[in-house]
Amino acid sequence: MSEYFAPGHGACPGCGLTIAVRNTLEALEGKVFVSNSTGCLEIISSMYNRSAWGVPYIHSLFENAGAVAAGIEAALKALGRKDEGHVVVFAGDGATADIGIGTLSGMFDRNHDVLYICLDNEAYQNTGNQQSGLTPPGANTTTTPAGKIMPGKLGRKKDMVSIAVAHGIPYVASASVAFPMDIRRKVKRAVEFEGAKYIQIHCPCVTGWGIQGKDAVPLARLAVETALYPIVEFENGELVKVRKIKDRKPVEEYLKPQRRFRHLFRHPEGKKILEMIQKIADENAKRYNLDI
Amino acid sequence: MRKVVRGFYAIAHAVKLCKPNVICAYPITPQTEIVENLAAMHAEGELENCEYITAESEFGAASILVGASAAGARTFTATSSQGLILMSEVLYNAAGMRLPIVMVVANRALSAPLSIWNDHQDSMAMRDAGIIQVYVENNQEAHDLVPVAFRVAEDKRVMLPFMLCMDGFKLTHAYEPIELLEQEIIDAFLPPYDPPVKMTTKKPLTFGAYAPPPYYMEFRAIMHDAMERARKVIEEAMKEWSSITGRDYGGHTFTDYDEAEVAVVAMGSIVSMARDVAEEMRKEGKKVGVLKIRTFRPFPADEVRKALENVDKVIVLERALSLGSDGPLTLEVKSALYGTSKEIHTVVVGLGGRDVPRDLMVKIISEVYEGKVKPGFRFEGIHEYEEVIP
Amino acid sequence: MVKVKIGLGGVTEPLVSKNMKTGDWGTEYPVVDEEKCTACKNCEIYCPDGCIKVVEKEGKKVAVPDYDYCKGCWVCFTVCPADAIKMEVKELYKVEVC
Repeated sequence: MSEYFAPGHGACPGCGLTIAVRNTLEALEGKVFVSNSTGCLEIISSMYNRSAWGVPYIHSLFENAGAVAAGIEAALKALGRKDEGHVVVFAGDGATADIGIGTLSGMFDRNHDVLYICLDNEAYQNTGNQQSGLTPPGANTTTTPAGKIMPGKLGRKKDMVSIAVAHGIPYVASASVAFPMDIRRKVKRAVEFEGAKYIQIHCPCVTGWGIQGKDAVPLARLAVETALYPIVEFENGELVKVRKIKDRKPVEEYLKPQRRFRHLFRHPEGKKILEMIQKIADENAKRYNLDI
Repeated sequence: MRKVVRGFYAIAHAVKLCKPNVICAYPITPQTEIVENLAAMHAEGELENCEYITAESEFGAASILVGASAAGARTFTATSSQGLILMSEVLYNAAGMRLPIVMVVANRALSAPLSIWNDHQDSMAMRDAGIIQVYVENNQEAHDLVPVAFRVAEDKRVMLPFMLCMDGFKLTHAYEPIELLEQEIIDAFLPPYDPPVKMTTKKPLTFGAYAPPPYYMEFRAIMHDAMERARKVIEEAMKEWSSITGRDYGGHTFTDYDEAEVAVVAMGSIVSMARDVAEEMRKEGKKVGVLKIRTFRPFPADEVRKALENVDKVIVLERALSLGSDGPLTLEVKSALYGTSKEIHTVVVGLGGRDVPRDLMVKIISEVYEGKVKPGFRFEGIHEYEEVIP
Repeated sequence: MVKVKIGLGGVTEPLVSKNMKTGDWGTEYPVVDEEKCTACKNCEIYCPDGCIKVVEKEGKKVAVPDYDYCKGCWVCFTVCPADAIKMEVKELYKVEVC
């Protein structure tokens, strides 16, 4: 692989984000303008005099990466430099689904020629595992802590993929670092479309999820194999492809090894939450016809 | 070409001639007509190599310009009041990234209570952002200072955002005869934007790095230096502008009378009336002068001190508040006059569009001139009031 | 005092993270069994730190870790389909437990 994102960055050992980033940049052969929101990726890669980036990169704020990317695209268009590269956003799940959803929606709505990649590690992991809109139900985070009466996060994971599809943008997909070649294919496919594109990539977080580096990729795979993280692909609003699941596994297999879900197996409310999570997986399987 | 136009058109026309590459804004009264005019010019194909974007919010608009400016585009936006405050996080960021975004603020009060009318509380809230702030007195000045703003902001010695402040409605919607600029004049004065660094795949630099403690202070010190350098750059630009157009705006300040005993210090459109009243008072033998402050950031402390050297009493007309302290302009004037023993009156007028009639101006100045009021902080043109629990 | 150089607006040079050698972070390190390695590149594709690469070595293509940067995260170990990577404890961390 070429060096568009150098080693020496500060990601935790076993970080999923950088697997997604390295494969995205590889797929686009480094012809990329990156707009990155504040968060894990930004902090590990863009300290002054310690940048890991080998492509033009900008970090502005937490909640504006979509708008900054739109501005880059507009400038390249106005200056006749569109052929220099693709404009790509890397934003975390909180930056995407919570604080930055306004600027993201604006960018989708105006249909800027931008590929927006949400690196979904399911909480504000940079600051130590606070819940975001993409934190799954039941997860123990520092702002939805499991205690005597509270069983972790109560609400569902926000369905950003459907929100993206609802904007009528030409390409929307989900992916997982368990399948890097699928990430590369989707990135390449996405940039064939003129307009706004959205890819949400499931990225394990060793510290926030309470797992070890050796669990990172296997657990990402289990999220897919339990149908908790459906891998789907929409072109012009039509569902064109899903990753089928053979012998779908019960969600416990995915949840049990992670510290963030451990309380569910002994909490008085745990059984109810586990049933709810299994129901979500069943719904995903049915909705996208995942089972073989 | 002399034409009677409204303030917002005077701005839009000047912006068009400055050939921006990306214009991005979100509508807000009383700024809206500026960008409506630019949108119409764009729709008619009058803006070449230019993208016009209506953002989803002022926050988005400013963010879009951060990306555009970093990628090497000449950028423009306009806003007011709540819109400016919503932009504030981005504007601090843009200044720190040294992006020469030019913006017009159609000055308007801040909520609550909601008010669409004019004062200076919005732009004053942004005084510490690292943005050059210039306040104009009339629409000709507003029109002329648009190219000056681009030139100063984009000067390699400066590289900071530039905020051109004009009174909402009072100027933006006023009809005035304007000497409308011609393209050749602007082209001779304002070179195409040549960014010293920009985002390009040909040289893949990292923008917006974060600074740990061993670096942060130097970053901010360098911004301060750039702002200090801007003093000279603004002066140079205005001087050249006057040699081209024959319209001399002086420098950062303008004094109408050198032998004043009482001086009125003010910014924006209210300066005209103060000057008119002072002139009349001088005819009656009263030594009253007006110090107009045009550049607020960087603050021209030396010029202010010099201009007020022989003055006994200073009246600062405040169009904003710094609740719990003196007005923001007074704080600057007092700081500039440190060590002198002048009588300083802070007179807050015209908040939220409250009219300042000529009689009131006469009263304010006369009372101070005749020693009828004590120095210090007061509101004028205000009703008696009492707080009640409904 | 050291003179600090500040790029305009904080603009910084590319790929300079390489000045940070992260190889001392981990307690374990991967060892590639060159006999078993099929040069499938899985480890290279997955490595979060881009510090294991398939290169030509004595006429054979094999995966070679860069210990200057390897944080010992085990990802290469878990994705190797040929069972060619073993994780070993660094000498420094081989302590006797009483």
